[in-house]
Amino acid sequence: MAAAGSRKKISPFSIFNYSFFVIVALLMVFPLWNVIVISLTDYQDYVANPLMLFPKEITMEAYDYIFANDDLLTSLKVTVMVTITGTFGSMLCSVAGAYALSKKKMPGRNLFLTLILVTMFFNGGIVPNFLLIKDIGLYDTIGAMVFPTMINTWYLIIMKNYFTGLPEALEESARIDGANDITILLRIILPISMPIIATFTLFYGVDRWNEWWNAMMYINDTRKYPLQLLLRNLIVKNFSSASMATAYAQDSAQFVAKENIKMATAVVAIVPITVVYPFLQKYFAKGVMVGAIKS
Amino acid sequence: MDLRTKAPAAIQIKRKSLAKRIYEFRYLYLLLSFTLIYFIIFKYAPMYGVQLAFKKFTYRRGITGSEWIGWKNFQDLFRSQQFTRTIGNTVAISLGRLFFTFFIPIIFAVLLNEIRCSAFKRVVQTFMYLPHFLSWVIISGIAYSLLSVNGGFINKLLLAAGGQPVNFLLEPECFRPILYISSVWKEVGWESIIYLAALAGINPELYEAATVDGANRFKQMIHVTWPGIRSTVVIMLILTVSRVMSAGFDQIYNLYSSPVFSVADIIDTYTYRELFLKSKFGQATAAGLFQAAINIVMVVVTNQIAKMINDGEGLY
Repeated sequence: MAAAGSRKKISPFSIFNYSFFVIVALLMVFPLWNVIVISLTDYQDYVANPLMLFPKEITMEAYDYIFANDDLLTSLKVTVMVTITGTFGSMLCSVAGAYALSKKKMPGRNLFLTLILVTMFFNGGIVPNFLLIKDIGLYDTIGAMVFPTMINTWYLIIMKNYFTGLPEALEESARIDGANDITILLRIILPISMPIIATFTLFYGVDRWNEWWNAMMYINDTRKYPLQLLLRNLIVKNFSSASMATAYAQDSAQFVAKENIKMATAVVAIVPITVVYPFLQKYFAKGVMVGAIKS
Repeated sequence: MDLRTKAPAAIQIKRKSLAKRIYEFRYLYLLLSFTLIYFIIFKYAPMYGVQLAFKKFTYRRGITGSEWIGWKNFQDLFRSQQFTRTIGNTVAISLGRLFFTFFIPIIFAVLLNEIRCSAFKRVVQTFMYLPHFLSWVIISGIAYSLLSVNGGFINKLLLAAGGQPVNFLLEPECFRPILYISSVWKEVGWESIIYLAALAGINPELYEAATVDGANRFKQMIHVTWPGIRSTVVIMLILTVSRVMSAGFDQIYNLYSSPVFSVADIIDTYTYRELFLKSKFGQATAAGLFQAAINIVMVVVTNQIAKMINDGEGLY
């Protein structure tokens, strides 16, 4: 507020503040930039050059390699499928459930809400979940990456709070005309709720895109590995299997050769997210606030 | 007189309408049914399996048929030094994370709130939110490449400064700082959103009044900004403390390796290894139940504290 009053002269604080956030922004971007640089260079070159900030010679070698390899394309297909079906299913269930739970007069609503909230603090844990997935036949299927995380309780509650906050008058005229609840949700509520729909589609979509935990638990067949698990195996497994410092050093030649390939795979995993989310930024900042303030 | 005649009528209408009301809401129940089915299958059905904490599990006999063995799984668990070490690590990492990372988003939000140029602000925010959307798998990949002894950027800096390359991720002293730094990098922007929202809710007139009263920027922060965000800070603090038993499986599992187990192994990672490397179903369930019990206690206790600090307003 003080800055507004002294618009003409720039205070030392403002100078500090602006430079601070320039540095912060650079620190946020640099690690990602570094990934891109490595993916586009010959790694021997990268290692030989101290502090390479820009690729000296751009080579698409790593990308040619990974896209020629069947593994990446297979995983990419799995991930795209999981992301699309998962996000669609999640939104369908969450919007429907959240809207129903927002109706205070619905008999049994408080009981349902309590039962749902309890699961945020208490769940069966890793073993019972694993046995359940085996018992219901989801083990080693794409469904194991879609169904167990279909509804995020936290998102459901935020959406419910949003629907509760909508004025009831919105629905009254439609109700007098004899429209049922499903029609009202589709015709009246959804069109005015696009920001919140966009926000949670993004959240669910990112969660599905980043899926690796369910896959690690429940997927055995490497041809059903999602992108993130492929990446994890590329990055982490190499590292931990050679985690003894000596073995690590001996293995270095092989490591160096693979580094640009790893980073190229990481770029494939990062790019779709960075392309999509800035467009939705104005929505999700608002969406999160609505939920945060209410809860 | 009026009241007397009206009251029974009202009750009658209510009694009549209960079944009718359920019928009236039939479409909403239909909408809710997906959610309920999900919670029944994926949240409540597994609770049946919690009994394995007190059983000796064999595949052949299944959950129901396995033999009851009382508290033996818990006894074995707490006798194992590896497990007790993971409890210490879990609490230490959670509290360390709280100490080193909790206040940074608040400071960022307060500083960002002072920036008037909205285009600049938006661009900075875009950059700051980005890491939140990346998985720990990707971030661990980035960390490996930055910290690599074979030409990782940080080691290049070290070499340039005349030092020796260090394999940071294999050094027990470095591991936890790496956890905290990568946490801040990933979440600082995202976590500042909620404080920015709280700051946006402060009445600008309060600042004007403070300026008129001669309060400098520092005094304004203490007397206007802080009271405006205090309840949000308290709630976030309590949420964080109540999750003390979860020290971040995704992050640690993707970054740790056996040389740093002594400082990095937490309950979740230990349980996972016991289950998938040694098939110790009973002990893994017992560890999960132990964690859940502590979590519930933490939630109840922290909520009571929240109510005390926040004038009776808790989380539930």
